[in-house]
Amino acid sequence: MNLGTRKILDRSFTAVGIGSIVLMALALMVVVVPIVSNGVGAMFFTGTVEHRKMLQSEFKRGEPRELAGEVAAAERYRARVYEMLAGFEAEMERMKPEQKAEYEEKYSPVRKTLQELLGPLPGDPAPMLTRFKYGQTRWEKAEERLHDLLYETKWDTSNPDVMSKEYFVSQATGFEGTSLAQLFPYVEKNIRKILLPKFTIYWGFLTDSSVDSHFFGGIWPEIQGTFFLAIGAMLFAFPLGVIAAIYFTEYAKPGFFNSMLRSANSTLAGVPSIVFGMFGLAFFINTLKVSESKSVIAGALTLAIMILPTIIRAAEEAILAVPKTYREASLGLGSTKWNTIATVILPAALPGILTGGVISLGRAAGETAPIIFTAAVSVGSAIGLADVFSSPTPALSWNIYNLASEHEAAAQIRHVQYGMVLALVSIVLLLNLSAIVLRARISKKLKG
Amino acid sequence: MLMKADARQSPESASIQKATRDIYLPPERRQIAGGGTPHISAKDFSVYYGEFEAVKKVSADIFSKYVTAIIGPSGCGKSTFLRAINRMNDLIPSCHTSGSLLFGGEDIYGKLTDEVLLRKKVGMVFQKPNPFPKSIFDNIAYGPRLHGVNDKKKLMEIVERSLRKAAIWDEVCDRLDKNALGLSGGQQQRLCVARTLAVEPDVLLLDEPTSALDPKATAKIEDLIQELRGSYTIMIVTHNMQQASRVSDYTMFFYEGVMVEYAATAHLFTNPKDSMTEDYITGRFS
Ligand SMILES: Nc1ncnc2c1ncn2[C@@H]1O[C@H](COP(=O)(O)OP(=O)(O)O)[C@@H](O)[C@H]1O
Ligand SMILES: [Mg+2]
Repeated sequence: MNLGTRKILDRSFTAVGIGSIVLMALALMVVVVPIVSNGVGAMFFTGTVEHRKMLQSEFKRGEPRELAGEVAAAERYRARVYEMLAGFEAEMERMKPEQKAEYEEKYSPVRKTLQELLGPLPGDPAPMLTRFKYGQTRWEKAEERLHDLLYETKWDTSNPDVMSKEYFVSQATGFEGTSLAQLFPYVEKNIRKILLPKFTIYWGFLTDSSVDSHFFGGIWPEIQGTFFLAIGAMLFAFPLGVIAAIYFTEYAKPGFFNSMLRSANSTLAGVPSIVFGMFGLAFFINTLKVSESKSVIAGALTLAIMILPTIIRAAEEAILAVPKTYREASLGLGSTKWNTIATVILPAALPGILTGGVISLGRAAGETAPIIFTAAVSVGSAIGLADVFSSPTPALSWNIYNLASEHEAAAQIRHVQYGMVLALVSIVLLLNLSAIVLRARISKKLKG
Repeated sequence: MLMKADARQSPESASIQKATRDIYLPPERRQIAGGGTPHISAKDFSVYYGEFEAVKKVSADIFSKYVTAIIGPSGCGKSTFLRAINRMNDLIPSCHTSGSLLFGGEDIYGKLTDEVLLRKKVGMVFQKPNPFPKSIFDNIAYGPRLHGVNDKKKLMEIVERSLRKAAIWDEVCDRLDKNALGLSGGQQQRLCVARTLAVEPDVLLLDEPTSALDPKATAKIEDLIQELRGSYTIMIVTHNMQQASRVSDYTMFFYEGVMVEYAATAHLFTNPKDSMTEDYITGRFS
């Protein structure tokens, strides 16, 4: 090949290489940017006085006297709203029955939206669920409710050939000529004074338990559960995996049995995680009865089985990568095989073994399927260390799925779901980062 | 005890008689060694990799406290023979032996032989310097610690003595806690010699110890061998004929697994018996 062609080939390969890296980075951005920007919203947002009320009464957070002042200030503007409602209700009583029925039908969604916006209205029975005890705690949600209050959404289906179009009709027009008509401009004008939006940093999202199945509060039980499960899995899988790797690399005699074991290990590494989940239920809970039903220990054991092949393979590769010369040097000095493994081979293989371990830890933290049947519950409080043998736990991976698909009010608490995703991604990223740092530090120490 | 260096026997074999007959030694060397006492004796000793016979029916005595060089073209079985002496070949699953190889009168491949004890007595320095990725101190102390020395002061003594013997003490005495991989290749190799000396072996096997080193470092290692001669039984594999003639008392010439000639070095280089030896040392093939 002549020089010119070679140079062109080199250059075009460089271009392709850079191109694919840029493409990958872009794809990653497409995933990461929304996760971060949405997830951060769980902790940094514009909160209303309702949020501060909730924090005070559910978590005893915030300055009670300051809050009392704020509530009083908001109540001054709300009082006018309540007056208008009472006035209109009295007005309806005086109407002719058919007119009254017509207005009642229109009035009831207005009242309901106001409830959502401000919390229970005067005369309402005390709500059973915490979520109904407060108005909108987040400003962006409050703005949505306000829109619902001011406008009625209608669909234009007049033309069957095109998709029906959304359009908004002012609610006020529906109440024209009644005392309620003035409510809408009043609320629109004074909404900030009624809800007192304020930039809020809520670190409690990471450390609080959830209130009323994630309507309020934080995700600490999920974070803790994730750590319990992942670290529990490591406690089982790491020593076992390293011992197995030592056996494979140092002690196993090549032969049928050994190659069977090896291919079994490779196969296990590729088994879908849901299969491990079913296996965990059938083996650890139903057969071994490590616990009555779902528990952290059953989940950790299941995850351990899932990550074991990866740990074995990483450790095997790390051990095989230790230069033969170290082994010779040690044995040549009259060291026994076991001594050589313990004092030379394992220390030299440590960076690789640990990297495999930490990456597996990240995988154990992120997997959902293995814990569905063995350890995860959708709502629960943080459990103590003593409970790991008997209690199930919420965990980030499972609760993300649960919030996305099975929660009865998924749409209203997207921010919690995004917050969980961010927390999980951060944990896994942090673990992988620490693996890199750990590896670099040990390698540097070994290289001198 | 498994093997004592002074429990010497001299198996009568034709080749040994041939070797002793051919021995030419300057008088001062004769005094150091007190004559040629066999330390390691091979008799019809073969080493196989699977079916392949890499060392073919070697019979020879290696004399105590002398330096014996092994020369021969690449792949002729020099390393294989050397590694057979401290059973380093055990690491290769396909490798097995026949015939007998005695160390201080005891069978190296005997059923009851403890290869760990053997390797303590028969130290080895490899072609490529292979210090552990540990501090210089820990490298030297590795062997003594293995064999039960844990007293810090005693270890320090051993480390200093070994490093002095290996003529590297002055270069590293102020950085014993630094990683050994930071040393130059030549220093690393002398460190490896010191590490081997620290377990107080009787025999030192050197497999092309200078082939990875520059001329200056090579000269240092050769000086070191001169220093150690008389205290240890030394076997050195080398590609370099000048080196063999400079450092050794006896030289073995291997060709395709066969020990073609074995004689006092001065004798072999000036007056080779075999035409193959002559061709090799005159550089007609390599
Ligand atoms: N591990 C091994 N497996 C099979 N054959 C080997 C192995 N090591 C060396 N050999 C063969 O044995 C012969 C002698 O090798 P070696 O002792 O390393 O030669 P030298 O050190 O003289 O260059 C060579 O033909 C080589 O190919
Ligand atoms: Mg060799």
